[in-house]
Amino acid sequence: MIGEDQAKRLAEQALELCLPDRAEVALKANASQLTRFAENTVHQNVLESDARVNIRIFQGERVGSAMTNRLDPAGLAAAVQKARLYASQSAADPYLPALIRQTPPAALHSFDPETANHSPEARAEAVGELCRRAAGGGLRASGAFRVAAEEMAAANSEGTFSYHAGTTADFQTVVMADGSSGWAHAAHWKAGEISVPDLGQEAIRKAVDGRGARSFEPQTLTVVLDPYATADLVAMLNLVGMGAQSVIKGQSWMLDRVGKQAMSEAVSIWDDGRDPEGLPMVFDCEGVPKRHLDIVRNGVVRGPVFDGKTAKRLGAASTGHALSPFLPPLARGFGPLAMNLRMAAGDAATEELIASTEKGLYITRFHYTRTVHPRDCVVTGMTRDGVFLIERGRLAYPIKDLRFTQSYVGALNTVERIGSETRLLSDDFIGMSVRAPAIKIKEFRFTGATA
Amino acid sequence: MHDLLERAIEQATHRGAGYADARIVENQSESLLMRDGIMEVLDSAEDHGFGIRVLVDGSWGFASSHDLRPAEFERVTEQAIRIAKASALVPGGKVDLGSAVASRGSYVTPVRIDPFEVPLDQKIAVLAAADAGLSRAAGVRVREVNLVFIREKRWFANSDGARTEQTIIETGGGMVATAVGEGEVQTRSYPTSFGRQQLTAGWEAVEGWDLPGNAERIGNEAVALLSAERCPSGTTDLILSGDQVALQIHESCGHPIELDRVFGTEAAYAGTSFLTTEKLGTFRYGSEQVNITADSVRPSGLGTFGWDDEGVPAQSTPIVRNGLFIGYLMSRETATRIGLQTNGCMRASGWNRIPLIRMTNVSLEPGEWSLPDLIADTEDGIYMETNRSWSIDDRRYNFQFGTEVGYQIKDGKLGRLYRNPTYTGITPEFWNSCDAVCGLSDWRMWGTPNCGKGQPSQIAHTGHGAAPARFRRVRVGIHQ
Repeated sequence: MIGEDQAKRLAEQALELCLPDRAEVALKANASQLTRFAENTVHQNVLESDARVNIRIFQGERVGSAMTNRLDPAGLAAAVQKARLYASQSAADPYLPALIRQTPPAALHSFDPETANHSPEARAEAVGELCRRAAGGGLRASGAFRVAAEEMAAANSEGTFSYHAGTTADFQTVVMADGSSGWAHAAHWKAGEISVPDLGQEAIRKAVDGRGARSFEPQTLTVVLDPYATADLVAMLNLVGMGAQSVIKGQSWMLDRVGKQAMSEAVSIWDDGRDPEGLPMVFDCEGVPKRHLDIVRNGVVRGPVFDGKTAKRLGAASTGHALSPFLPPLARGFGPLAMNLRMAAGDAATEELIASTEKGLYITRFHYTRTVHPRDCVVTGMTRDGVFLIERGRLAYPIKDLRFTQSYVGALNTVERIGSETRLLSDDFIGMSVRAPAIKIKEFRFTGATA
Repeated sequence: MHDLLERAIEQATHRGAGYADARIVENQSESLLMRDGIMEVLDSAEDHGFGIRVLVDGSWGFASSHDLRPAEFERVTEQAIRIAKASALVPGGKVDLGSAVASRGSYVTPVRIDPFEVPLDQKIAVLAAADAGLSRAAGVRVREVNLVFIREKRWFANSDGARTEQTIIETGGGMVATAVGEGEVQTRSYPTSFGRQQLTAGWEAVEGWDLPGNAERIGNEAVALLSAERCPSGTTDLILSGDQVALQIHESCGHPIELDRVFGTEAAYAGTSFLTTEKLGTFRYGSEQVNITADSVRPSGLGTFGWDDEGVPAQSTPIVRNGLFIGYLMSRETATRIGLQTNGCMRASGWNRIPLIRMTNVSLEPGEWSLPDLIADTEDGIYMETNRSWSIDDRRYNFQFGTEVGYQIKDGKLGRLYRNPTYTGITPEFWNSCDAVCGLSDWRMWGTPNCGKGQPSQIAHTGHGAAPARFRRVRVGIHQ
């Protein structure tokens, strides 16, 4: 942790080096630890400590940027020099947004010292207990337990400065039996809110229940999705079209659907960086405050998320969704993205969703989902870690994994009921979090099987 | 730099590590993206840090930091020791690394023109010329051209006595034309998809791709796809372009031959592998025409280097010979488990990540056909080019891929243009259906700079040499 005062000093130092040019500085510091286990033993156990700044220098309508994790004066000066060179040689960008002049967002507490100081011994103890239970049942446990403390700051030469510190804990496990497996996953900003024994038991139960899976002919039928599978629908809709850049490129599923009923009335999806039940982040790297933003309300598509540039191009206001410059280059190509997604819960227990199904599949999660066609968010992927046939309202028997090819927009247009409990999930690639319920979808198209 | 590493290793062994290795990595990159004639991205990134990996009581610990001051090395080394001791609280089999690795030397990617010495205005001029070419294709909605240059210096030392230093230089570039019609969007990319082709090479690679000279053509193809017939559904003969064969190798051969996946250590994330150890030397992975090699020595491959991140020298390993599966990608630890020597495939994406088994250059060896002859020899089928989507199950067995463009093949000739082509299959059935591979004149080294694996996630850069190839009786046209 470098703290708010040090973050402010670094930002001011960088901005001063940029004078007389206008500039924007984003800073990220993180300390993260991850204990990884497989085959009932810890096989990878890592720690990372880093801090870096990204500097954007503006000269008229031209901009250049440079990032460095050398935070001494020489390192900052070298980055400023590079950003200035790039700005001077770049071409004018008519969509370059003005630097914001905004009051920083109100602070939101999401930093848990116990999570920040979580020890490798404590993680080993939690993981070890699960491994012993799995081994005792003739099963093999694998997974990862991650804790992180992260600080973000955004400042610019208009005098804006915003700072946020938060923690993250994430636990996920696959428990394997011969020919079957089970999965459990949860995230929270407090490690103490994650029950590894409960998650382990959930995965063990699925692995045991999944033994003796039978082949099943691919077809279109009703599905009941665990929150893990539902979260994939929400995440893919985000990556394939919730951002304004995909709208500009003509690739978004939102095109021709904004303001229209495209999904079932029960479906509401929103983004909220201030949700204390998520992984809060109260501003984006341009310093724009985050707020509750409806993406889909009662099945009606409300519109995409914006950063400063896409907002200017489409005549809108930034919604605080500029993608972090600290993400890998591959991820930065997405443009603005929702990062704190939530799908509204319903009123049914998962058991009721199953009980109300004459014939269908109960699915734990999806694997390796990829876009086949963006305009309807048609996605292909595999089921994984537990698929069960539902007959006359009961789980009949486990079945082997299936491949599907399905429009996620179309799937969410045939939602019949939604579960009352939600699960918060996060990914460590782009840092997106999704809180999602179980859902029942009337029609879902399976297109292949592994014999 | 080696002084810092040596002190850390000495400290680690003094504190009880049976083995230790340490790396310092300095990465410099420059990215340029022109979209619709506007310079959207013009930035640089500099990143440095170190990581130390220790083996205490047969268990691993790793810690890393961006701060290169000596005191931080001491603090981080202590953390790595503590973490390894915590790992040992969940006992498994003790790690055995096999024979000592004590490589010494230095390596620099051979380049003709250092891309960081090329003036910025010359780079921008290439982007502008390609953008102008794309804009000549009437109907293109979005034009994107990009260049990427990377220089990474790595210093490595281990407690076996290895001391290596290497500089890897990569050059990437490409362009995408997007056309939008009524409820339809189509893209065409060059030289390949997902933004760019990438090689361990210098500016000469950009000159070789001739982005401006290909721009108008791919723009026109994107527009033509809007009104093309949808790829028909059915079972037919399939010819894949070289870049799509490269993707097919990556997903259905490169990943399942990673021996850590086979041993289950990636089970919770990327998955496992159908190529279990009893299949080594006995399993018919493909037809007689299928010969696949993993190497880290071929010029310009993204998997080409001097030593891997365990200090093991670059080398070449046969993976499939005349269809028979005979080799894995291995680390010291995993190779020892099956009584073999490592073939140097441990790679970390940066100073803050542990090395994992990663693809080097996993390539399909060239055959003897030419692409025109192969098409002429095909009575009824489809030619598909340049990947658009890729999905495969957690054992790397059941896959479905889509490409940007397809063409009907009828009576030995290319016919109608098809949009949204897809094909699906089961890995060994698919490779066993391969009856022809094109020769050296059609063979290229392709780069995959976006290979994800591991937790925390790591993005690796891998190479794949490939030429067009034909597969019989493949299921195509899977639509929603």
